[in-house]
Amino acid sequence: MNTKTQPTPGALALDLQDERLQDRTGLRGQYKAFLDRTRSGDLGVLPVIGGLIIIWAVLQILNPIFLSPANLVNLAMESSAVGIIALGIVSVLLVAQIDLSVGSVSGLSAAVVAVTSVNMGWPAWLVVLVTIGLGAAIGWIYGQIFNRFGVPSFVITLAALLGFLGLQLYILGAKGSINLPFDSPLVYFAQLAFVPAWLSYLLVAAAAASLFATDYVHARARKNAGLSAMSLQNITLRAVLLLVALGVTVLYLNQGRGVGWMFVLFIALTLILNYLLKRTRWGRSVYAVGGNPEAARRAGINVKAIYTSVFITCSTLAAVGGLLGAARLAAANQGSGTGDVNLNAIAAAVIGGTSLFGGRGSAFAAILGIIVIQSISSGLTLLNLDSSFRFMVTGVVLLLAVMLDSVARRSRTSHGRA
Amino acid sequence: MSPQPTTPAGTPQLLSLRGINKSFGAVAALMDIELDVAEGEVVAIVGDNGAGKSTLVKVLSGVHSADSGTITFEGQEVSIPSPAAAQHLGIATVFQDLALCDNLTVVDNLFLGQELSPLRLNEVDMEVRSWELLKQLSAKIPSVRTQIASLSGGQRQTVAIARSLLGDPKIVILDEPTAALGVAQTAEVLNLVERLRERGHGVIMISHNMADVQAVADRIVVLRLGRNNGDFRVGEVSTEEIIAAITGASDNVVSRRSAASSTSQETPTP
Repeated sequence: MNTKTQPTPGALALDLQDERLQDRTGLRGQYKAFLDRTRSGDLGVLPVIGGLIIIWAVLQILNPIFLSPANLVNLAMESSAVGIIALGIVSVLLVAQIDLSVGSVSGLSAAVVAVTSVNMGWPAWLVVLVTIGLGAAIGWIYGQIFNRFGVPSFVITLAALLGFLGLQLYILGAKGSINLPFDSPLVYFAQLAFVPAWLSYLLVAAAAASLFATDYVHARARKNAGLSAMSLQNITLRAVLLLVALGVTVLYLNQGRGVGWMFVLFIALTLILNYLLKRTRWGRSVYAVGGNPEAARRAGINVKAIYTSVFITCSTLAAVGGLLGAARLAAANQGSGTGDVNLNAIAAAVIGGTSLFGGRGSAFAAILGIIVIQSISSGLTLLNLDSSFRFMVTGVVLLLAVMLDSVARRSRTSHGRA
Repeated sequence: MSPQPTTPAGTPQLLSLRGINKSFGAVAALMDIELDVAEGEVVAIVGDNGAGKSTLVKVLSGVHSADSGTITFEGQEVSIPSPAAAQHLGIATVFQDLALCDNLTVVDNLFLGQELSPLRLNEVDMEVRSWELLKQLSAKIPSVRTQIASLSGGQRQTVAIARSLLGDPKIVILDEPTAALGVAQTAEVLNLVERLRERGHGVIMISHNMADVQAVADRIVVLRLGRNNGDFRVGEVSTEEIIAAITGASDNVVSRRSAASSTSQETPTP
């Protein structure tokens, strides 16, 4: 089974010299490494992709409109607002905390958007700034209560869930519903702004090119430093795969109305959060705090500041999600942010593969998870089944996802992976 | 039993503690503690359970702050309010529970809190430096990109010690470095301690294992019930004397047992 074939260790890369290491270079090696990871319970995005394929297949069989470009365009637009909220949940879950108030915060932000832009006539840019500021302030308060008084985040945000729902109703006033005018730039952005076809292909090409460039630069730096590096063949393959996957998706969506700018914003925020989590000291600290807060503290990380920053990230993203939700609906009402928004956002993060136990998961979990949830919702709506069925099915899917997480975690422990 | 503080003449004192007190509520964990560490000196701190060894380490590493007393580091009087402050001064601590993040890789753990280029992590340089460091310590870790969760106890200890060396500290504190290790791994860690001394670090080592202490330490400081209870140079002291200082009397269960076994043939005197 052992595949050490190198008789000259001097010529080997610095990180491949240990004789106990099995060969995991090249495509074959990557495939074997992938099998190792999966067997030991490091499932990654595999269950989500598998689940998504099953859900899509079933819904397509039940209703052939489901996979039509028009419906997928809608699905992408519907996903964006709650998906952005789920991004925040991912970051909170990474430090093994929870924010149950994202729904209420998004509802409050929707109410603030409506009141400031309609009743008070503020310009759109100011409304956006105020909303973001509101979200950040709420997160900061959570952080202070959590750090100073040691109240579990579960309780803080449960209290806030109720409190901010009340504030939302109070702000909306007696009528309980405020419509946004259709000439508002916010509404235009969320309902009618689509990427022109030529630009969408350009963006796809740019994405593939930048993946290639970053991989190539990284591989060259590693090679120069005497470390093992991805082969050019491998790098090209990755970039081409991304090009084809994104290209086909965009081509298909362009048969309908195309790719909405709001969905592009969601993807952009995901990429930014991914960069922050994976390539900065802040992100490394977030994972460390999620894995072992005491170790992080002793390593000189300001653990309290990390908690605060994560709560701020989450509430801010929830406020942005609420803003986009109000813009998409062209209204803020007593139902904004209530119902299943809260649980959908949390479920999306968990279904996407973010561990409830902290320290595991990535920003991309939000995209995958919200697409699963929104697919169920959209498919059942197409079947003329009301929200009663939607709630039940989403509940079952969430439970399955968490069960899978727990089982995979047990398997990881027994295979020596955290 | 009067403790004789033996300060080696000529070598500059790196760290001096004077009159350190620390209480937890009504319990005085440390009372009037004195401790000196010079460059290139391995000081072992020994003592029974509850003697205050771990509290002393926590005071030095900034986990707890002392209630009173002075800490002099390189001739300057300093305070150590936080772990970051201790690191900044050049005091690195390897805790008994190692304080590693299981979900992060070896490289991530080594550089945790002191990553290169915080806004765009320089993974390549970090990985190269990790390999260099682990090679210097002749560590046997197959890959620095594996998660800590998959490493053995000795490998984790090595990672923890390697991590303490990254900031090029003046003083390295090892809390029970050999407690959970096998024979070969213990020998490796003791070699590591000697390598630290050769590199000119001051080393404070806490241990229950008299053989380990006698093997690598230059001086042995004994704590008993939160107080200094002896300061010996290795080579001028026997294990029995150290144990006497640890337990607080020459007549104790350990010495009675050894006396009983050596005099079992003689007739007992009334």
